[in-house]
Amino acid sequence: MSTPTTTDTTLLHTAYVLGLGDDALVYSHRLGEWLTRAPQIEEDMALGNVGLDLLGQARSLLTHAGELEGRGRDEDALAYLRDERSFRNVQLVEQPRGDFADEMARMLWFASYQLALYVRLVDSADEVLAGVAGKAVKEVAYHRDHAAQWVVRLGDGTPESHERMAAALQRVAPYVAELTSDDEASVWAAERGIGVLPSSVEDEVHEYVASVLAQATLEEPEPARWHARDGRRGIHSEALGYLLAEMQHIHRSHPGAAW
Amino acid sequence: MSQGGMVGDRAEQSLEQAIRAIPDPEIPVITIDDLGIVRELSVEGDRAVVTITPTYSGCPAMRAIADAIEVTARRHGVRAEVVTRLAPAWTTDWMSESGKESLRRFGIAPPTGTAAHSGRPAGPVPVDLSVRQVRCPHCGSDRTEETSRFGSTACKALRRCLSCREPFEEFKPI
Repeated sequence: MSTPTTTDTTLLHTAYVLGLGDDALVYSHRLGEWLTRAPQIEEDMALGNVGLDLLGQARSLLTHAGELEGRGRDEDALAYLRDERSFRNVQLVEQPRGDFADEMARMLWFASYQLALYVRLVDSADEVLAGVAGKAVKEVAYHRDHAAQWVVRLGDGTPESHERMAAALQRVAPYVAELTSDDEASVWAAERGIGVLPSSVEDEVHEYVASVLAQATLEEPEPARWHARDGRRGIHSEALGYLLAEMQHIHRSHPGAAW
Repeated sequence: MSQGGMVGDRAEQSLEQAIRAIPDPEIPVITIDDLGIVRELSVEGDRAVVTITPTYSGCPAMRAIADAIEVTARRHGVRAEVVTRLAPAWTTDWMSESGKESLRRFGIAPPTGTAAHSGRPAGPVPVDLSVRQVRCPHCGSDRTEETSRFGSTACKALRRCLSCREPFEEFKPI
């Protein structure tokens, strides 16, 4: 590998942090969609609170990415004024809201991945990243636990809830492998002690999910024949465009407006 | 001159006390000092720097707290700069004993024991369908159960007491 120039370094570092921030931002938006739509009012609050934690993480991460980039973009510019192809989130988090079991399957995988990642990022050579991780690790542990409890409850519940939880895991399966796929930015960041190689947490994530599924009397779905990839390179499914249109339109319709 | 210095010190002390006594906007029975989020506070002449650590990454009260600090300082004729510091991450272990007692009297079970998730889980963690004992803030019974992991704010969970049948909120230990 040739030695990266200063510009490459800046780009790769920014890209790595943006990937983490975009995952949190996009998923927080999807979780916000559950307000008034969850099966119970307690779940409205729970999913809203999980989304709020992720939004908080996204704000710190996007602010940091903007500072690393050094082109004067703040968290709002990065969240509201980038187009689809510049978003670096994995495709799992952008998928449209399915039923409640779909959401618990998605949250179980995503929070398991995030927890494994943040536990290690606490030691990042990037002090801001280490700070965000130290905070996030406690929050994400709650998210993972929340999803795990629901997956067990539904899986080991009635025949109907068992069927539907199993079907949800099947639908989410094609988006799981991308979580622990490496890309140029994460390889670069991991080599410098800034980031964590996603593939290095794959076993841990799968072991945890398997332990939950075993308790839920559910089988791990067959590996998907097609699986999502390249979200970190800006390749997305159709769903992200609609999500961004909704998330960004007020900011773009009223540039510079403030409360 | 020395007298002026003393007056200055006294003014600085009263500002520091006023800032530390700012109530939490969501749970006004407890001050930001009780919460343990004020990490550093320095007043020099007409400038103050207050460093706070957010309880949760997305806690919307942080903005209100920063505003309250600025307003309080302005009343003392001082311009305050509020700095947010993420590391080390806030933990309920930093909450004062008097703050915990205020929470209990207000009907919120204070965080129990030491932080639940501050440790670094080594490898896969078994599913824990939590059976922590949390005392009812109304009747003192230990027979309580969790009804939801997340309450009206990110920092609280919902529980109910099996003895007096009252629902209550618990400040989650983190």
